[in-house]
Amino acid sequence: MSKPPKISLKNVHKSFGKKHVLNGLSLDIMEGESLVVIGGSGTGKSVMLKCILGLITPESGEIFIDGQQVIGLPQAEREKSLRKTGMLFQYAALFDSLPVWENVAFGLIQAQGMARTKAREKAIEMLSLVGLEADMADRNPAELSMGMQKRVGLARAIATHPEIIFFDEPTTGLDPIMGDVIDTLIRDCTRHLGATTLTISHDMESAQKIADRIALIYKGEVVWNGPANEIETCGNPYVEQFIRGDLDGPIELDILKP
Amino acid sequence: MEWNFLAAIGRVALRFLAAVGHLSLFTVQTVRHIFLPPFYLRIFLRQLMNIGYYSLPVVGMTALFTGMVLALQIYVGSSRFNAESAVATIVVIGLTRELAPVLSGLMIAGRVGAAIAAEIGTMRVTEQIDALVTLSTNPFKYLVAPRVLAGMITLPLLVLIADIIGVSGGYLVATESLGFNPSSYIKNTFDFLEARDVISGLIKSSVFGFIVCLMGCYHGFNSTGGAQGVGRATTNAVVSSFILILISDYFLTVMLLD
Repeated sequence: MSKPPKISLKNVHKSFGKKHVLNGLSLDIMEGESLVVIGGSGTGKSVMLKCILGLITPESGEIFIDGQQVIGLPQAEREKSLRKTGMLFQYAALFDSLPVWENVAFGLIQAQGMARTKAREKAIEMLSLVGLEADMADRNPAELSMGMQKRVGLARAIATHPEIIFFDEPTTGLDPIMGDVIDTLIRDCTRHLGATTLTISHDMESAQKIADRIALIYKGEVVWNGPANEIETCGNPYVEQFIRGDLDGPIELDILKP
Repeated sequence: MEWNFLAAIGRVALRFLAAVGHLSLFTVQTVRHIFLPPFYLRIFLRQLMNIGYYSLPVVGMTALFTGMVLALQIYVGSSRFNAESAVATIVVIGLTRELAPVLSGLMIAGRVGAAIAAEIGTMRVTEQIDALVTLSTNPFKYLVAPRVLAGMITLPLLVLIADIIGVSGGYLVATESLGFNPSSYIKNTFDFLEARDVISGLIKSSVFGFIVCLMGCYHGFNSTGGAQGVGRATTNAVVSSFILILISDYFLTVMLLD
């Protein structure tokens, strides 16, 4: 008998006013797998992620983590479920009132109750894992470049050794070299932890580097889902148009064509 | 035309009721989380410093000059019917019962309410509040409850200091400019002052502290739309605090009159 998926979305719907963002989206992510969800802007990728994390409540459908339905969970249960997860936000979302080390150690101190001195040591260890020196620990996040902030965000996401890690546009706002550094770190860190990962991206190069499997979302639905090494040859017209970056094809943009 | 007018009134009424409902739920959540563990002592102590200690100069200056002006104005009025001896009593009762709590509340709304709304609003639009949730930390407990509790505790302490500084200001003007005898001024100040004058001011100020911090947190928490949204939240926090302080002042005065 095959293992149940680590994360499972079934027929999830979410609208904002008249705009239907998720339109019966269904997706399974297996344990230890790295799934990258690609798609244009406004197709529902980030909303899907926020629904899984409970930051947004969908109108209908089901979301399971380890077989447990997470929609409508009581606060305490949800917090318990979130302890299994880590998240790297698009612009890192570091707490600017705290120094770098406290950002990294936040989950260890608040959720796991680790002593501050031990948590600081652990944070410095995590910082070295993402290639940052120990002298960064006492800096303020505002003093760091976006690339460094993302690395601190990654250190925070993996500090509690989560079973599931979410990445929201990890290479957005970075130069290609720093983007590659982040992709490599994501791949190495998640393999080292053996975590299940879900990444949202529209960067094809990044997706192919970190994904075992890729899913393409269009208008709130998965229109293609398959192994990362088959994406170039899958023959799906949506995927082909997305890879080519053409305006002509089945993907319609909400803009006036030139 | 008539229907449009009625529809507009209906829309305004519905929006108002929705806002009242939203604020009521927020208030209930806040009060609940003040009493339920976990308690963030470190954050609470930091807020005591931010709201209390750092507000001392502004509250002190306000109280000093209010006491000085009050002594001058009451002297002008009371000398018209040869009641100059009432200056000390009216200054101390006016300050402790009314002016110190209300003016301190308004100054704190400008200084602290705006800062809280801007800080939490920025955290909202930069996804830092979402990051808190993903790190299994309840934003109500971590951000709102410590600030509101610190406001309720520190404002009475500030008002107690303002009472002393304000009375001293009145004493300075009365003895140095208006020719009052220092010992009889002090005697008149304390002869007619009752404990309930001071206590009623402290009760009022605790309510004002609650209002200011709650409004700052509420508007910051619900801010949307980037920098402009944070600016709007800050303005709304200050304006709504001012209005609620003045309205609640009337009802508290009626309640505490006897």
